[in-house]
Formats: sequence, structure tokens, C-alpha cells
Amino acid sequence: MCLAIPMRVIEVKGESDELLNPQIAVVETDGIQKEIRLDLVDRMPEIGDYLIIHAGFAVNCLDAENAEINLRLLRELAEGMEEATNGNRT
Amino acid sequence: MKYVDEYRGSDLVHTLTKKLQDLSNQPVRIMEVCGTHTMSIFKHGLRQMLPKGIQLISGPGCPVCVTPSGVIDAFVELAGRPEVIIATFGDMIRVPGTGNSLMRAKAAGADVNIVYSPMDSLKIAEQNPDKLVVFLSVGFETTTPTIAATILEADRRKIGNFCIFPANKTMPAPLKVLMEDPKLQVDGLLCPGHVSIISGSENYRFLVDDYGIACVVAGFEPTDILLSVIALVKQVQEGRPALENCYGRVVTAEGNVKARKIVDMVFTPVDSEWRGLGSIKLSGLTLREEYRSFDVIERLEIQITPSSEPKGCRCGDVLKGIAQPPDCPIFGNRCTPGSPVGPCMVSSEGTCAAWYRYGALS
Repeated sequence: MCLAIPMRVIEVKGESDELLNPQIAVVETDGIQKEIRLDLVDRMPEIGDYLIIHAGFAVNCLDAENAEINLRLLRELAEGMEEATNGNRT
Repeated sequence: MKYVDEYRGSDLVHTLTKKLQDLSNQPVRIMEVCGTHTMSIFKHGLRQMLPKGIQLISGPGCPVCVTPSGVIDAFVELAGRPEVIIATFGDMIRVPGTGNSLMRAKAAGADVNIVYSPMDSLKIAEQNPDKLVVFLSVGFETTTPTIAATILEADRRKIGNFCIFPANKTMPAPLKVLMEDPKLQVDGLLCPGHVSIISGSENYRFLVDDYGIACVVAGFEPTDILLSVIALVKQVQEGRPALENCYGRVVTAEGNVKARKIVDMVFTPVDSEWRGLGSIKLSGLTLREEYRSFDVIERLEIQITPSSEPKGCRCGDVLKGIAQPPDCPIFGNRCTPGSPVGPCMVSSEGTCAAWYRYGALS
């Protein structure tokens, strides 16, 4: 039930982030667009940001910098392993 | 899909599996707490890729599975009332209580609607002013803030014909219960990723400090899960249990403070019964006094009767991780996804359904 997916912000609607007038973001992934509520996020997203979407709400902004570092480390690990394996073979 | 596909690459999965195989030198028992993890592990075939010594055990992290059958009976009874329209997440609809499921009630004429967001139930309420729309409020920390925000919105818009059936539960309390059960031997926990978006990774600190359990917060893609299993195996083998966050792209130590504030405005903790685990102190949520008018249990004076488990069904033990689905005498014969007996078979994220669907039966 706790399924949530990252979607990219293409538009932010609404004037304020006050509880009385919650903002809405239009988000997109793989050509699917959806309007989602921003009541629960602690900072307003900018266009191009990725939000984590669950049950019609953004539950958080994705930390792109962290994701890139994480992926880079993973790729380095993969490359390192490959070199090590090649080294063993010769 | 960006930030999804990159974590599914077969080269990375292969590398991480190899690393895990090289690393693993002793048996390690890991519980994946969250039902969404269970599904992902089966869907991507990760069980078969793990070294023999590493055992994955599913935990109590499917909100549908841990909802007591008495509560499901009350949902079904409510659906049968002519003045009521039910709005629910799809996961709930096929789960049988002691008798019927919501799906059978719907077939018999009840107005039961599957919604994507709790907000959709407000739309239904506005379109049906002469009916009472009841949202079946089930879910953990990930889902509860969306329901709290919906209640605030209903209050703002003064929608008087909308209620919820509060049955939400909170996560760390059942883990404490499990860790104190001498029958369950677990070295490490794969901690739920999306619950932690809200609660923060620090939520599990007590499991490390008080119980010496290795804890890693994990994402849901295959590389996320493998990386987290590697982190757990390292901790266990080095004898240094710690709290690690391997899902830093969406989970922080402190979590989503704003979402928690919204939950606190609307809900307050109560003791709650978990299917298979019994009553756990302050592990559920009910509406605060100010929002009681949205509580259908109070409004329609609903009685929840304690109910027994189906005969032969071992869902309770499966939810506690002390039995695997094939240990249950009715698994795969009397209880199948087509004709489920227990909640772990009927929920799409249930452990038995995952074992059955992905061929672990063989």
C-alpha cells in the first residue's frame, strides 16, 4: 500500500502555501500527467524538480543531488568489480 | 521513468549480487518489514539471487493484512446500509472478514467505490449530498497524512456528508513487539522506505540501541534492496549493528515534519488491535475531539465485535515472521489467490499472495 513514485513537476498552480489555499502541482512521468496536492511538502517545488507521489499527494521532494551521488557510487562499484573480475582472469 | 529505471539496470543488479555472494560467510536472517518491499523482492526475483545463508522473512507491513477481521466485518456491514457510499483503496476490497468481503457486498448491490486518493471521496460526497460517504481509513505513516489533509479540506469546505472509518496504524510499535518475541530470531531489518519519508530514519534508532538489531532504510528498486541487504550483512558479520539510510534520495533523518504536524492536528494515538499480533499500545490512530464529527464509528454508533481467525489459517504466524507461507496447512490448496482464506493471500502485497504468484510454491 505504501507504493510511491517519483514524478517531475511541469507546473505549479495557486498563490500561496497556506493551509487555506493549498497549492497544486502538475506532474509528469512517461507521458502521464496528473494534478497533485502540495499540502504535505515542506518546501514548494520548482519546475523540473521531482516529487514523490502517494495517493494524490506529494509526500516529499526528491533530493536529486543525493540520487546522482548514489548512482555514481553504484556505477563506480560496478566498474570496479568488472576490472577486478578481468584482473582475476588474466 | 527517471529515478526508477536507473535502479533496475541488470549490470548493477549483477554486480551487487556478486558482491553479496563474495561477502556472505555466515547465515543472516533479515526481516523486510514493508509489504511493498515483499512484492518488489518477489517481482524482481531477488530471493533466488541471494546467497543460501541469507534468509528473507516478511513482516507485518501490509496495512490490509493487519486489519482485524472484526473491523473488516464492520466495513462490510456499513457498506450494506442504504444511506452509505463506501470509498476505499483497491487493496481492501477483496479481503474477507469472518464472512463477506466488500467486493461481495458490492455485487449484492452496495455502493462501494475504489479511489486513488482520499481526496476523491470528497468529490463523491459533493456529488451525492443525500448520502453519507465513508472513506475506509487504512494505512501506515505514508498514507495517514494524505487522509489528515483530506479531513482538513472537508472541514474547510464544510462537507457534512463525509466521514472516515479510522483504522490507521503506526509502524515502530509492532516492531518492538516482534523483537521481544523469543520465537522470532532476526539479525537485521530492512526498514520501510516510504513510511520513513514521513517518520524519518531516526524512528528505528531504538531497535539498534535497545535490541541490537541491524537496521537499514531501503528503497524499492532491485539495486536499492540489494545495496541495503549488503549493508545489513556487513553490519551483522562485523558484529556492529547500526542504523543506516540507503534511501537518501527521499528519506532524511528527521522525516517530513510538516506532514507529521498535519497528522497531529487531526489524529491522536490509541491502542490498536493488529491481526496476528493482538492489541498493541498506542499503535493506532483515532480522530481528535475537534474532528470527531468525521468519525463514522461515533456518528453511526458502530460496534466492532472481536472475531476469530479462519480455521487452519496461519496468517497470524506469517505476519509475525515465525512461519513461512508453505508452513500453513491450507496454503496453495484451500487458500489461493482465486479463493483466499486469509488476508496474507488476498492482499496484493500479502506474503502468501507473493509466494503463490511468483512460484515460490514449487
